[in-house]
This record gives sequence, structure tokens and C-alpha cells, in this order.
Amino acid sequence: MRAPLVAAVVLVAAGCGAAGDGGTGGDGTELTVFAAASLAGPFEQVAETFEAEHEGVRVRLSLAGSSDLVAQVEAGAPADVLATADEETMQRLVDADLADGDPVPFAANRLQLAVPPGNPAGVRSLADLARPGLALVLCAPEVPCGAASARLAGAAGVTLSPVSEERSVTDVLAKVTSGEADAGLVYATDVLAAGDAVEGIALADEGVAPNVYPVVPVAGADEPGLAADFVALLTGPTGQRALADAGFLPARGGR
Amino acid sequence: MRRPAAAHVGVPRWLYLPALLGAGVVLLPLVALLLRTPWADFWGLVTSEASRDALGLSLRTATASTVVCVLLGTPMAVVLARTDFRGQGLLRALVLLPLVLPPVVGGIALLYTFGRRGLLGRTFEVLGVQVAFSTTAVVLAQVFVALPFLVVSLEGALRSAGQRYEVVAASLGARPTTVLRRVTLPLVLPGLVSGAVLAFARSLGEFGATLTFAGSLQGVTRTLPLEIYLRRETDADAAVALSLVLVAVAVLVVGLTRQAGRAR
Amino acid sequence: MTLELAARVPARDVEVELEVGAGETVALLGPNGAGKSTVLSVAAGLVVPDAGRVVLDGRVLTDAAPGARRRVQVPPHDRRTALLAQDASLFPHLDALDNVAFGPRSAGAGRRTARDAARRWLAAVGAEDLAHRRPRQLSGGQAQRVALARALAAEPALLLLDEPMAALDVGVTPALRQVLRRVLADRTVLLVTHDVLDAVLLADRVVVLDAGRVVEQGATGDVLARPRSDFAARVAGLNLVRGAWRDGALHSPDGLRIEGMAHGPALRDGDASVAVFEPQAVSVFLAEPGGSPRNALSVVVTELEPRGGQVRIRAGALAADVTPRAVADLDLAPGRRVVLAVKAHEVAVYGT
Repeated sequence: MRAPLVAAVVLVAAGCGAAGDGGTGGDGTELTVFAAASLAGPFEQVAETFEAEHEGVRVRLSLAGSSDLVAQVEAGAPADVLATADEETMQRLVDADLADGDPVPFAANRLQLAVPPGNPAGVRSLADLARPGLALVLCAPEVPCGAASARLAGAAGVTLSPVSEERSVTDVLAKVTSGEADAGLVYATDVLAAGDAVEGIALADEGVAPNVYPVVPVAGADEPGLAADFVALLTGPTGQRALADAGFLPARGGR
Repeated sequence: MRRPAAAHVGVPRWLYLPALLGAGVVLLPLVALLLRTPWADFWGLVTSEASRDALGLSLRTATASTVVCVLLGTPMAVVLARTDFRGQGLLRALVLLPLVLPPVVGGIALLYTFGRRGLLGRTFEVLGVQVAFSTTAVVLAQVFVALPFLVVSLEGALRSAGQRYEVVAASLGARPTTVLRRVTLPLVLPGLVSGAVLAFARSLGEFGATLTFAGSLQGVTRTLPLEIYLRRETDADAAVALSLVLVAVAVLVVGLTRQAGRAR
Repeated sequence: MTLELAARVPARDVEVELEVGAGETVALLGPNGAGKSTVLSVAAGLVVPDAGRVVLDGRVLTDAAPGARRRVQVPPHDRRTALLAQDASLFPHLDALDNVAFGPRSAGAGRRTARDAARRWLAAVGAEDLAHRRPRQLSGGQAQRVALARALAAEPALLLLDEPMAALDVGVTPALRQVLRRVLADRTVLLVTHDVLDAVLLADRVVVLDAGRVVEQGATGDVLARPRSDFAARVAGLNLVRGAWRDGALHSPDGLRIEGMAHGPALRDGDASVAVFEPQAVSVFLAEPGGSPRNALSVVVTELEPRGGQVRIRAGALAADVTPRAVADLDLAPGRRVVLAVKAHEVAVYGT
């Protein structure tokens, strides 16, 4: 009676372990890419091309908030490449000596106004957002899109009082698509990805630089060569075309 | 009451291994949290304005939702425990659904009920009540997830108390309301208290439904769990310190209930 | 206050019709499962009969004629019937005083008035010193006294007692029985019991139930003296001798003197009382035995009646169980004068 039970416990424990450490299962080589959630579409395309060009290599994409990704790498997650949605977050990886070389800017993104279809509140510009009674949802200042929103509002001299400060662009978008919010500030790429669920309204740049997305191979990566290849593909024509299709702007020398 | 030390039949030795593993799964993360706590800055981190707002809001909303849970859950538990009607089993199962539902699903469901475009949202808007992005929404989300805890706990207490005393009370001329107030409820008070504590603890920890349904704004809808979630973005230390505060409040609540239970 | 009750409860195979006159105590006797408690539940409104009527003091409490257009079922709290069960069921969260005050409070009395009434009722059952005890601090007998006071304090038009002494130690039953005797006088009471002594001491009339039907009813003395139903015959096997208490013994009108163990409050000379003892405790002699402190009752045998391996000797209202061998040895036959001997400590004497 005892032996089978102990065996079962060990098996269960082993199973948990395997699922947890994300080991390299399978026969071929794996390249693990951590990327900001907003990069999902273009990165899937780039990964496909990469796999086609590298026989026997599989690309594993892990998509999450930039800050979570950096925290995971700091905690020892087996990432080969990291791409974040802003440079401040990337700087944390650099400060932790976990970047293999200097991060390379590969794309940029601008804020747009997202409103529910039909724009029930009739929002046209940044100034409209200060209207009393308007349900405006922003990213919290602690996250990159929120910091960008604050910079834009500051430059335009508009005081924004949101009804909610969300932790991610996705959450802001969800509040707009569900009609709870009259307007939200999100990236142009998010508006494009949301399709008919929201309407996007382009804003004047007010002299504020767009958000820059940097990428870097992670120090101590299992596959440093493949990691460099991936960064090259991303910054090359293939990657840039995929990013442009998704609404990203070229990085053009960063900030 | 003190019970004499009982001689146990004994449990099989091998049982200790999985039991210990189980305890480890629960306790080790708490130990890790303690080890990672930035004790030097702890006080400053947990007393910052944002932290105080979040803790205050959490305590206020959890208290409010506990009151709502008691006011609505007690009648529900009494009806479920003391009456018999067709479909009662199904109703009970449905009412307890939030126990097993992912909170984010609850949030979405609430959105389609009380949101501006939801089932009741229009009516509320006409009445001039804006639920979305308000503290009311936070309380609603907490009630949604916490109510089943109170109902389950109280219905169990009612069933095990039985109807003996209620029959006696009625035969002494007490109307149903009097029986409920002077016999039923006093008898199941311990069950009601522990149900309320569970509901409070669950409300305090509510995250998914609140995030989805109520939004996140300091002092209005950003409760402690949401504050922790947001802080992790920029300040991991603050997130850890606040997590510890939440753990401490939970331990305090559970401990006080156990103490109250033993004093009885 | 009169109770008329007719009820058919097919689920429990009960079909009963009975009456309790104003101020009368009726004992409902019968073996286990005879339907006694069902009848009480119908009276209390806890069981709705398939057919039947319950009328208390002219007020229809239940009217369940089959196919009737208007069925009446007054809810339990509005029937003015208080129920006292085997188990005291005192509210555990209230002290004895507030338990007793519960009925008056429910009837709308203020806290103070209700407590005053409760104190009076506690005194009536001799439990005034228990007022501030919690139920868990009371013994079984004390709890049952408080429960009795609580039932009485509700001032019911009909008191329903369901084997109120069945769960108590034999040591405390006589005292509670005395209390009941005192407080049940002049009340309308339906008392379920399987103890013939309860019927003798507390009831004016008995109704015997068996298998859900009334098999016999009448004045207590008549039924016990001339039982027609099996159950009554079995329980009526007890020897009951009524008489007056004088000089430490009971004296019957036909000249018997019986010493026994007095139960309940001390008896004074001239008090009406009853001596109770079992036929098995009686020995039969041809001449008065000497020595031991026994009661010796000189009687004439009227009947011999085989009962299993025993023979029951009847001498008027008295009975003794002896072996067939003894019958042969003593040459017992109707008409023979014998002495029935019974030890004093086998005889219980109660004031009536």
C-alpha cells in the first residue's frame, strides 16, 4: 500500500516541477522570447519566419506586461531575448547586468484616443477629455502607457481626471469596448488590433516623442547565437514590415 | 470547555509525508514573503498616502459588503435550510456558483448586469445612479464573490441546529418572525459570525471581479489587492510590504474568530 | 375549554377520534408506535391530517375534510396549544427565567411583566431558585420543571404532554409527578404516556390506542379495573389499592393495611393515597408468614389464569404471579382463602 502511494506523490511532484521550470522538452533547439503583450501579432509573424529560416529551432513566445517580464528574468526565468514596451523598463534589466549588450530600439508607438463605436460622448480631441462627467480611463502613471499619457497631457496643458487608472492597455481597452468608459488613451496599435470594437482618433503629438520599444539578448542565454539572429531579423526588413502592418512606427534612432 | 486528553486510535505513519508536503505548499510562500519583506523601509512603504488610501478603502468596502452579505445571505440561508420547494437544489447550486467561478468571470457578468450597457445599468442611469467606476461597484463585486461563503456556512449551521427549538417556540405562541429573531438566529449566531468573517476575508482579498468591473482609482476603487498589483509594476518592495499587511489583516481576522469561537 | 379531535393520517396508519372535556386530563395510553405522538402533533398543528377536525373551545383549528372547499389549518403559534415533550428543549441561549418568560413575551408582554409572570410560574413548579441558571447547568428533572413552567406560562387553552417523564431518572420522576398533579388540576390536558402510574395519578380518563386506533376509553379506574384491550390488560396488571393514609400505612375501605415506600411530599393522616405493586412481587401463603416485615393481605382467590410459564392468582382487584408448581403444592383454587405477602419496599404509596 505504501510504495504505490509514495510513487504517486513523487510522480505528481515531478510533474509539477516539469511544468514549472519550463525546461527544454522535445528534440530540437528552443529559443525563448519574452515580449510585451502589445507585440503579440508582429512577433508571431517574426517567429514563424525565424523557424522557417532555422531548421529544427522552435521559438517559444512568452507575452506579458513589460514589468512582469523583467521581474521574471531577474528571478531567473530562462529567456533568451527580451523586448519591452518602453526604455525605462528595459533599463531595469540593464541595471541588473542581465542585458547582453546595448538594447536596440526596433519600433515606436503613439497614443491614440479610443472611443466606443459611434463615439457616444462625441470626443474629438485631448481637450475634450477634461470635460466634466466624461468617463475617461487611462493607464496608471506607474505603467509605460500611463507615463506616456501623463507626458502628453502635460505637454498639451490639459488636466485629466480619469475615473479609473488601469494597469495595462488591455484593461483600458476592455473598459472602452464594453462601453463603461466614454474614452481611453491607448496605443495606436491597440486600436488597430481591436478592429471594429473601438474607434480610434489620432491626436496631435504636442511635441512629445513616441514610445520606443527596445530589444536585447538576455545575458547568459542558452542560445546566444540564435538570440542575436532573432534581434537581427526583428530589426531587419522582415521584422519592420510585420511591425508596420500592426501599426507600429519605425524606431528611428529612439528618443 | 476543556476536554480531557483523548487517546487517539492513531493515524498511519506514511500519512505525515503528504500532510507535511501540503503544509509546506501553504506555508513556504508565506515564509518567502516574510524573507523578502524590506523591513528597513517597511513603515514608510505601508504608510504612504496611496497605501493608506488602499488599506482604508479595503477595510471600508469589505465591511460594507459583509453587512450586505449578512442582510441578504441570512434570509437566503434560512429559506434554503427551512423550506422545501421544487428546484431548490438547482437554485442552491446556482447561488453557490461564485465559489467555483473565476472572479474575472464574475466581473464580466457584473459588467453585463450593472454596467452602463448592462441589464440594470440603463435603469440605474435613469435613476441617476452611476455604478461603474464607483466604490459601490467595488462593494457589488465583493458581495458577488463573498455571499456564497456566508450562505454555505449559515445554512450548515441551521441544518445542524435542527428545528426542535423552533417547534417549541411556535407552540409557545411565538409568531414566525419572533421565532426567527429570538430562537433561530441566536442559536446559529456562531455560524453566522464565522460566515460573516469568511465573507469579510473573501471581500478583503477580492481582486479579479473588482479589476474587471470596478476599475482602479486611488481612494475610490483601488483596494489593497489592486494597489499591490499596480505597485509591482514599479516598486516590488512596496508590493511585498503591502502583501504582508494583507496577510497580517487576514491572520488577525481568522485568529479573532477562532478566539471568539473558543470563548463560546 | 374542550377539545374535539378527529384525524386520519394514512401515512402513519392513524385514525382516531377523541374528546377532552373542559378541565379534564386525558391520558393517551398505548404501546410504542400506536400513534400517540401523531395525535399530539395533529392537536398542536405540526401534522396536517388527510382528513379530520380539531376544535378547541369552539374554535376550529384544523378542518381537513377530504375534498372540502375550505380547509382550515391554524398555524402552531396561533392555536393556544403548548407542547411539553420528553426532552425539555429549553432554549440554550436563555436562562431559565427568560425561557419561561418566552411565552408571555411572544404574546406581547413587556420584558418586566413577562419576567414577573415567569417568576410566578417557576415558583408554581418549585423551581424559583433555578431562575438564573442556564439550561446546561440544570439536571434533567430541573430542566423538565422549567420546561413545564414555560409551557404553563404561555397560558395555553390545551396543554399537550408527550411522555414528559420518560427521559428522566426514576429517582426524580415521583417529585415531578407530584408537581404535575398539582398544576394539571383543572386544566385541559392531553397526556401521552406508556406508564400506567401516570394515568392513575394524573388522568381523569384514559384513551387506549393500539395500531393507530382507539381500542378502549373511559374513566381511569374503570379501564384499569376491567381492561378490555390487550394493552390495558397488560398495564393494568399492576396492583393498585386505594385508601387513606393512617399511622404510616394505607388502609383500604375493605380493611387491608399496606405499608410501603411513600413517594412525593410527606403524607399526613387521612390523606387519600394509592399503593402500587407488581404481581411478581407478591408471594402466596396458606397462613400468615411470620418474621419478615411484609404486608400480609388475607383474601379469597377468585380466579386462576395461566400466563406463559406462570399462573396469575386473582383475588378481587389484587393479583399475584406464582409458578404452576406452587399452585399444585398449595392446592390453589377459586374460593380458597390465602394470604398475599409483599415486602414493604416493593410497594410504592402515592398521595392522590
